Amino acid sequence: MSTTANQKAGFGSTLWEYLTTVDHKKIAILYLIGGLFFFLLGGLQAMLIRIQLISPDNEFISAQFYNELMTMHGTTMIFLAAMPLLFALMNAVLPLQIGARDVAFPFVNALGFWLFFFGGIFLNVSWFAGGAPDVGWTAYAPLSIFSEGHGVDYYAIGLQISGFGTLMAGINFIVTVINMRAPGMSFMRMPLFTWTSFIASVLILFAFPALTVGLFLLTFDRLFGGNFFDPEMGGNVIIWEHLFWIFGHPEVYILILPAFGVFSEIIPTFSKKRLFGYSSMVFATVLIAFLGFMVWAHHMFTVGLGPIANSIFAVATMAIAVPTGIKIFNWLFTMWGGNIRLTSPMVFALAFIPTFTIGGITGVMLASAAADFQYHDSYFVVAHFHYVIVGGVVLGIFAGLIYWWPKMFGTMLNEKLNHWFFWLFFIGFNLTFFVQHFLGLMGMPRRYWKFLPDQGLDLFNLISTIGAFFMAAGTIVFLYNVIVTQLKGEKVSGDPWDARTLEWGIPSPPPFYNFKQEPLVRGLDPLWVEKRQGNGKIQPAEPLGDIHMPNNSFAPFMLSLGLFIAAFGVVYQGSMWVLAAIGFAITAGSMLYRSMKDDLGYHIHKEDLEKEGDGSNG
Amino acid sequence: MADDMLKSGNLPENPERATLEGRNKFLGFWFFLGGETVLFASLFGTYLALRNSTVDGPSSQELFGLGLVFLMTVILLTSSLTSVYAMYHMKNNDFKKMQLWLGITVVLGLAFLGLEIYEFVHYVHDYEFGYTTSAFSTAFYTLVGFHGAHVAFGLAWIISLMVRNAKRGLNLYNAPKFYVASLYWHFIDVVWVFIFTVVYLMGVVL
Repeated sequence: MSTTANQKAGFGSTLWEYLTTVDHKKIAILYLIGGLFFFLLGGLQAMLIRIQLISPDNEFISAQFYNELMTMHGTTMIFLAAMPLLFALMNAVLPLQIGARDVAFPFVNALGFWLFFFGGIFLNVSWFAGGAPDVGWTAYAPLSIFSEGHGVDYYAIGLQISGFGTLMAGINFIVTVINMRAPGMSFMRMPLFTWTSFIASVLILFAFPALTVGLFLLTFDRLFGGNFFDPEMGGNVIIWEHLFWIFGHPEVYILILPAFGVFSEIIPTFSKKRLFGYSSMVFATVLIAFLGFMVWAHHMFTVGLGPIANSIFAVATMAIAVPTGIKIFNWLFTMWGGNIRLTSPMVFALAFIPTFTIGGITGVMLASAAADFQYHDSYFVVAHFHYVIVGGVVLGIFAGLIYWWPKMFGTMLNEKLNHWFFWLFFIGFNLTFFVQHFLGLMGMPRRYWKFLPDQGLDLFNLISTIGAFFMAAGTIVFLYNVIVTQLKGEKVSGDPWDARTLEWGIPSPPPFYNFKQEPLVRGLDPLWVEKRQGNGKIQPAEPLGDIHMPNNSFAPFMLSLGLFIAAFGVVYQGSMWVLAAIGFAITAGSMLYRSMKDDLGYHIHKEDLEKEGDGSNG
Repeated sequence: MADDMLKSGNLPENPERATLEGRNKFLGFWFFLGGETVLFASLFGTYLALRNSTVDGPSSQELFGLGLVFLMTVILLTSSLTSVYAMYHMKNNDFKKMQLWLGITVVLGLAFLGLEIYEFVHYVHDYEFGYTTSAFSTAFYTLVGFHGAHVAFGLAWIISLMVRNAKRGLNLYNAPKFYVASLYWHFIDVVWVFIFTVVYLMGVVL
């Protein structure tokens, strides 16, 4: 391994570098590419859904295809777009924000990505293998048990594989935050994005195993004759709902907390003020996570758990509005009296606050168990969760991408196009989903392939579809912006936004070892402290010395590939069991290889670092 | 530095936590066990919901004999103790004794696994209690089978560590690996205590 980056690497060697990389910054780019790919795929599916619903009694696509699209849209957007895009941001930023040279487990980091990637690909192979899953992203039993074909098998095993990856990523970030902080970076000096990612990782750790079990049970029932969800054999279909939502509700906070973190970085930077109520923000984050685990049954009010259970879950759900409200007011107070710059990330943040609040208000409405019997499974619910997920998570992801783009790539996305993207997307989003509140209240059920004419639903559905086209146009502008920016390749400085946190104190993109010398953190918003009280440069906490780096490895790719191959054997069985044998052998072999081989990494020597000059901490 | 990692002898007091890598593994593995706890909690919950759903198949009272299960419990609990001895010798930098006690742990683990397989075969052949017999049977085999699979994985893990390091002794690089494997083994043991109580004792009594 050479310490100087090879500028003219050929395509082959670049590809090999990315297939074997354990560098968090490169894994971030992999997550970004994977996440954006699936985001476009999920978006395309959404467009087809909206075109089908543009007019009553439409015959644009078949009912079966509609069900598959609707299932895959939800599954793709949650598991294969939103989560990886957040992981892209976390990987790109979190280690830099705490002054670490990498995550705690670089190898596991790569493994997490490849498991997500192969799980996602496996899920989507179903399109070409007799039909995608067609039972909704929640895959409620017994529908999911009796769904014909192999679609649901692909769902269960694909999500299982990518879920393993997510779990590993979660553990990795937890340990990174606890063990890898630079000198002076105490917990209460951590940037809010690091805090929220940390808490989201804790949620991943305790929520995903419930999904793992649920998916195993589903797999066993469908493929091995199990009886978990078969009432004729004594099974109980409600078990699936419980397991799914014990995972599924924390999942909502896994998605939104990092987005909260993004806005908590952007708003102070562009208000030129420190975050108002930092410690209450941390407290609110932890409280949301804590409460998030005890509200899952609010998805099941109509199941018949009884008035007492419903009341408890209703009250617990409403309680979450309190810490969320704390956050909303803290953001507003941060801006109050600040020197506000309306850059595109800031515009996203400003738009996020009201849209997310609307989503929160409908959330409290849905939390009233008695009223929920009316809203349940109607477009009101669809409108609600799109307001929090698109109006919260997606705005957060794009704001974060634009904000940290210079840090990730060393280039700056065109601000004019960013604003175009924002306005198209934001107007389109509100057109699409605001009217769906009314559609729901008027009684339009969600997940239906068609609606009938002359029921008063025509106009709002048309408006909704028009809005979807605006969102698509906005996304195209963003992609165009990305391509143009990267082709131009104009480099920017390490701190183009005049920001406050540690990651902006090093060059953009950072050298592969991140910090030449471990940084010394002297307060909250360390770079801002140095700008105001020092010479504007992060001070080192150690003399220049050798840097220990992990080796690249191809094992994560092979390990994940093995599971991918084995999954086909498990789905098709019979003579295909051979594939399972081969696949599991590859996976077990890769694990054994990893365990047996001494992998001590390597050192970048002090002399080479001195030669590179440029003082990466300054 | 790199050479020191592989040098055996003269290790610090807690070799498993002497390096940053070791501390990361130590902490990360504890968190992993936290996730595993939720995994087994979900399986236990499912089992509790379905334990009386026997349909036409045999019930837990007809199936379970506490004698065999008691033997299995003693064996597995003892193996946890022997793995503690192994870690004790690891901290005293006595590689040979560590290997010896790990070897005993493996033998006990294999005995446990053998008895579990015998138990399952017995249920299938003598009671026609297969995986697909009833919701109860599915839940039973899934919960206990998940535990059994963990035992099998733990055995493969410890054996491969023992074989890999047989000739080179203890060092700062492999000490965390041994330690983490023993943590895993304890976890398996704790889960069994719950299985013994919730599945077998409650199955016979309640």
